[in-house]
Amino acid sequence: MPKKITIEPVTRVEGHGKVTIMLDDFGNVRDSRLHIVEFRGFERFVQGRPYWEAPVLVQRLCGICPVSHHLAAAKALDVIVGAGTGHGLTAVGEKMRRLMHYGQFFQSHVLHFFHLSSPDFLFGIDGDPALRNIIGVAMNNRDLAVQGVMMRKYGQEIIRLTAGKKIHGTGAIPGGINKNLSIAERDELLSGPDPLNADKMVEWSEAALDFFKDYHKNNQSMVDNFAAYPSNHLSIVREDGAFDIYNGVLRAVDNEGNIILHDVDCQDYNKYIEEEVKSWSYMKFPYLKELGPEKGWYRVGPLARLNVCDFMPTPLAQKEFEEFKAYTSGKPNGMSLHYHWARLIEVLHCAEMIRDLLKDPDLQNDDLVVKGEKRYKGVGVIEAPRGTLFHHYEINNDDQITLANLIVSTTNNNQPMNSAVNLTAKSFMNGQAEITEPMMNAVEVAIRAYDPCLSCATHALGKMPLEMTLVNANNEIIDKKNK
Amino acid sequence: MNKTIKLKIDGKVIPAEEGQTIVQAAHSNGIYIPTLCNFEGAKPKGCCRMCTIKINNRYMTACTTPAADGMEVENNTAEINDIRKSIIELLFVSGNHFCPSCEKSGNCELQALAYRYEMMVPRFPYTFPQKGVDAKSPKIVKDQNRCISCKRCIKTIEDEQGRKYFAFKDRGYKLEVVIDEEMAKTMTDEIAQLAMDNCPVGSILKKEIGYNEPIGTRKYDKKPIGSEFEV
Repeated sequence: MPKKITIEPVTRVEGHGKVTIMLDDFGNVRDSRLHIVEFRGFERFVQGRPYWEAPVLVQRLCGICPVSHHLAAAKALDVIVGAGTGHGLTAVGEKMRRLMHYGQFFQSHVLHFFHLSSPDFLFGIDGDPALRNIIGVAMNNRDLAVQGVMMRKYGQEIIRLTAGKKIHGTGAIPGGINKNLSIAERDELLSGPDPLNADKMVEWSEAALDFFKDYHKNNQSMVDNFAAYPSNHLSIVREDGAFDIYNGVLRAVDNEGNIILHDVDCQDYNKYIEEEVKSWSYMKFPYLKELGPEKGWYRVGPLARLNVCDFMPTPLAQKEFEEFKAYTSGKPNGMSLHYHWARLIEVLHCAEMIRDLLKDPDLQNDDLVVKGEKRYKGVGVIEAPRGTLFHHYEINNDDQITLANLIVSTTNNNQPMNSAVNLTAKSFMNGQAEITEPMMNAVEVAIRAYDPCLSCATHALGKMPLEMTLVNANNEIIDKKNK
Repeated sequence: MNKTIKLKIDGKVIPAEEGQTIVQAAHSNGIYIPTLCNFEGAKPKGCCRMCTIKINNRYMTACTTPAADGMEVENNTAEINDIRKSIIELLFVSGNHFCPSCEKSGNCELQALAYRYEMMVPRFPYTFPQKGVDAKSPKIVKDQNRCISCKRCIKTIEDEQGRKYFAFKDRGYKLEVVIDEEMAKTMTDEIAQLAMDNCPVGSILKKEIGYNEPIGTRKYDKKPIGSEFEV
């Protein structure tokens, strides 16, 4: 008998979503959908507010990576206050923002890997659900849990010292920043007592990579085949093709590695990217205009960034990048669980960048802000931990925001996550008489690889519970399981 | 020099100059009485009632009541503090005060008072009034959502000829502090900054600059409001 399975809530991700899987008469997956069921509407209520409020106001979208929204909005407003579209800030302005961003990337990726995903690696997808969480990690692998907690703390401390507080700070303002880094603050981060110093963070980042690579070695077939599928990939890259998460041009590649979006100016993003609305989700579906919604969807985030860029600009991360690229013979990597691998390479890169930046005397400069001729439209694009993040604002003559358009990282990954859910559901559920907890967790593992922040994606607030409903071909609910 | 008198605040005898208000006498003797509409250099009106005190079993406003010889004032008592807290709560629910994104956060007297009097959830329902933002002036934004009608801007912001930039418009629940559009065109950066500084909340904002004071260095980040007076 045909069935519909609903997973609600999806757990160990940020935000609230549910999955619906439709089975046919033979118990095979006919269709599946990842529904995002929250709505908040920041784009609307920011209208009418003075433009300089946006970086502080809009970051309230999220408590995990508010810095991304803070900086993307600030970058858009840099354009509006005449501070240029990328390199117009003073050295201390750009470097303080970068430090803040690397700190936030570091803590967010660490949170995802250690707190949300490592339980799946330690205990297995079909492990005891009572253990398969961060408490279980702490009980079974204390060192790993401590590393996760302390690495996240280090990233949070960087945010505190650059933005004023760990969550929802005010460091970035239109045209620059409101503080530099004092010598005492620098020393606290650079050479604080173990483990909270830059060298230890590099060391632990390498150890985390080794942990994943060991897991990969022992579970190669599963890791490589789990929700693997070809797709386009999009991210920003530095003008010379280097990996860059703060500033750059937009580039997309197809599954063969051919460039399909040629390093275009982020200010023109809406010439190239369109969003499609579907009735069953509050999250939109972005795609490359030229290719259309069927063929133009793309992945973003760690995997996409490493597929798109030419090289990593720090030595240890570059070495890992070369190994990563060699695994697919230089072609784009479409394996969903390799998101974790890419994410940890990024963690290492951030740790290296933090260590280098902290030694830069520009951080102690006093020329914090620049301004030029005012404009009425600005776009800020940044690589958030979960992928490319677009903030677009327009203002009127009275300095009030008249338009805000946000394309959030997770929104970009909407179709990819749906594809991953579909593949996983088919792989684990086709022909099965009963829906078991491990099957549901497998679907969540697929979603979790993308580290979605559904709150951000819908600009909404909430938990991320997963509901699974089993429905027959007549749309009658046969079975429903909540987590 | 004025004659020195003596009064008691919460049982403590303090000297005061004849002609001083109770607020002035208290503050010059290291005792804090909270105020919002009261502003040094401007004639007190007693309209916000934050400085409510009790004298001879009557509630009075300390900013308008002259200190008198032999007066006994109840100030820092549970009853009076709860009245003050309720006033703060009423101000919060009668406007739209969203501290998290307000650039006056950390420098806002209303917010600082809410912290000092440990306001958690207001006992009154939020009214979410429909208020606007007047951004037409070249130098300032007037956010009516946050205005508490304290009149400090009306009393203290004027040009060299004594002409006022701000005025009350309408009455009752429709009352609003508005900017004189013609005067606003002549406003200097200095006057705009003064207007923002004199506003106890985030209702008057100087244009194009916001959040330029880092968290940790703002007025009430380290010490609670009133500590500048307290011994």
